[in-house]
Amino acid sequence: MSILINKDTKVICQGFTGKQGTFHSEQALDYGTRLVGGVTPERGGETHLGLPVFNTVQDAVNTTGATASVIYVPPFYAADAILEAVDAGIKLIVCITEGIPILQMLRVKAAMAGTGALLIGPNCPGVITPGECKIGIMPGKIHLPGSIGIVSRSGTLTYESVHQTTQQGLGQSTCVGIGGDPIHGMNFVDVLSRFQADEQTKGIVMVGEIGGGEEEEAADYIKAHVTKPVVAYIAGQTAPPGKRMGHAGAIVTGGKGTAEGKVAALKTAGIEVVNSPTDIGVAMKRCL
Amino acid sequence: MNIHEFQAKQLFLKFGIPIPEGKQATTADSAGQIARELGGEGWVVKAQVHAGGRGKVGGVKLAKSFAEVIEHATAMLGKRLVTIQTDSAGLPINSLLIEKIYPIKRELYLSALVDRASERIVFIASAAGGMDIETVAHETPEQIISVQVHPAAGLQAYQCRKVAYALGLKGQQHKSLQIIMQGMYDLFLAKDASQIEINPLIETHDGDLLALDAKINFDDNAVAIHPDILAMKDPAQEDAKENEAQQFGLNYITLEGNIGCMVNGAGLAMATMDLVKLKGGLPANFLDVGGGTNVEKVCEAFKLILSDTSVKAVMVNIFGGIVKCDVIASGILAAIEQVHVTVPVVVRLEGTNVEQGRALLSNTGLKIYAADDLAHAAEQVVKLAEAA
Repeated sequence: MSILINKDTKVICQGFTGKQGTFHSEQALDYGTRLVGGVTPERGGETHLGLPVFNTVQDAVNTTGATASVIYVPPFYAADAILEAVDAGIKLIVCITEGIPILQMLRVKAAMAGTGALLIGPNCPGVITPGECKIGIMPGKIHLPGSIGIVSRSGTLTYESVHQTTQQGLGQSTCVGIGGDPIHGMNFVDVLSRFQADEQTKGIVMVGEIGGGEEEEAADYIKAHVTKPVVAYIAGQTAPPGKRMGHAGAIVTGGKGTAEGKVAALKTAGIEVVNSPTDIGVAMKRCL
Repeated sequence: MNIHEFQAKQLFLKFGIPIPEGKQATTADSAGQIARELGGEGWVVKAQVHAGGRGKVGGVKLAKSFAEVIEHATAMLGKRLVTIQTDSAGLPINSLLIEKIYPIKRELYLSALVDRASERIVFIASAAGGMDIETVAHETPEQIISVQVHPAAGLQAYQCRKVAYALGLKGQQHKSLQIIMQGMYDLFLAKDASQIEINPLIETHDGDLLALDAKINFDDNAVAIHPDILAMKDPAQEDAKENEAQQFGLNYITLEGNIGCMVNGAGLAMATMDLVKLKGGLPANFLDVGGGTNVEKVCEAFKLILSDTSVKAVMVNIFGGIVKCDVIASGILAAIEQVHVTVPVVVRLEGTNVEQGRALLSNTGLKIYAADDLAHAAEQVVKLAEAA
């Protein structure tokens, strides 16, 4: 088994007929994802990429039985898209969009409380269970079905970890990019707890970066609840304080959220932390 | 995005937050004139730069006469101010804020910010104002009080009372603090702020509360929908190259090393910098060219990196996911020719069609080194920079 998604997961795409939505839906279909339709208001009834287009997420859910949705709408429309998916009963919402205003995400998170829906992202590459289901913008080809669970705040560092665990012949159970925004959906602990419970996952790669305190929370959680080997890497050791390093959430403020602090917390919890991003795969193999 | 103190105070005024009487000046003469118009017996001359720590380095001066106001203004204008929050070059003082002096009974601290952990707007207050709040939080955490605001409920009166009691405010001051906190909250939401800080918030001898200083940061993701805020942007206070990079959709941050870095993805860009350091080099910049890399972007990225004359070698690290490596390699070659890159460039490509990509980069007659893996690439670029 994998976590969150598998070959049977029915997926719809919000922002389906847009440039991004079209390109990545084609890629997902090529990969074998059960994409069953998409949503673009005022385009309901049309066919796009051989799939039905709906005006609302509710229409799409009622007709297709989809339980997951991927969002490729522009930043100022994305909060609305997330809440529409929640309202329609979508269980897993993957928001790829970068640049959503933080106060909008604050309201989205408050509105989602108690609904039971899971949000991945925003500002993330998405989630993939290799060989079964790809929801997001990650290149499918680098993945290999296998035993390593990967969770990361960074897109390209997820690919790097995937590439290395593929090279080591380990493969991946599920890879989750939780996103680079300060306010986002699932966090490290949400994903780690699922990897711990998942039989297919034998080892976990966790890639963090400067900013916030989620890596420290994860360190405490791993120490108390995770028995599987974990390899961690933290990006941003050379990042100057007070500067936003590309991701909205990657910033050291008031001496908080430094790479040193996170590495120390993880090491204290007994987790294998690699200094070099090139050692992730090798270290994972060694720890198994 | 940051704005100046005088701009922040104009916004405070609009949202009902009391501020000292004062006005912005851009010449020494107008500074004197403003003091004359304000009247009173003492004034403060404050350098308008996008950095804190001004007082300790001569950026805030008291004056007892108009002549003294002009003297301080003359000394500050046109200079650069170096504080603990700036780099060694400092920031230009192009304007001043001239304010009346008020008799201070106590200095308090009040701020509002987005707290990542609680996912709420949080107010932080302390009776230990005028100091660096991080120091207070570290040394005497019991002197700090915070309240979290639920986005659906908004700021409640009890939360303001809680802060007022903790700050030791009395009588009419409770109402004054509530007006200030509500003003901050309304301003926060109306303009998509990410932080509003009043340090110090003073209690005058008459018991009035005044925002003696004002600092506001805005959410970069939202400024596009606030033209009034965008108009307050002061490029002179920002890194010229970082501004230029933004126009081309590049994320660039100047650092102090000699190895230029060009990477796709923010996380990988940070990791590349870290790796360069780990191998004994120093990165000259952070640069994320983004996912959809094309020749134009790569050209602009090379121009930016090479405009820093301390750059002795460049490391390009691209994980070709959906964009194939051979396409990226051709883009890099085109860019190197167009921009006339003369320093050695080490390229690490990984992903789809990597062999074709590396083949394109070898035997070009140019100083391009196609590395077979990331660790080697970092080692090689450090050696090349040292040899240069």
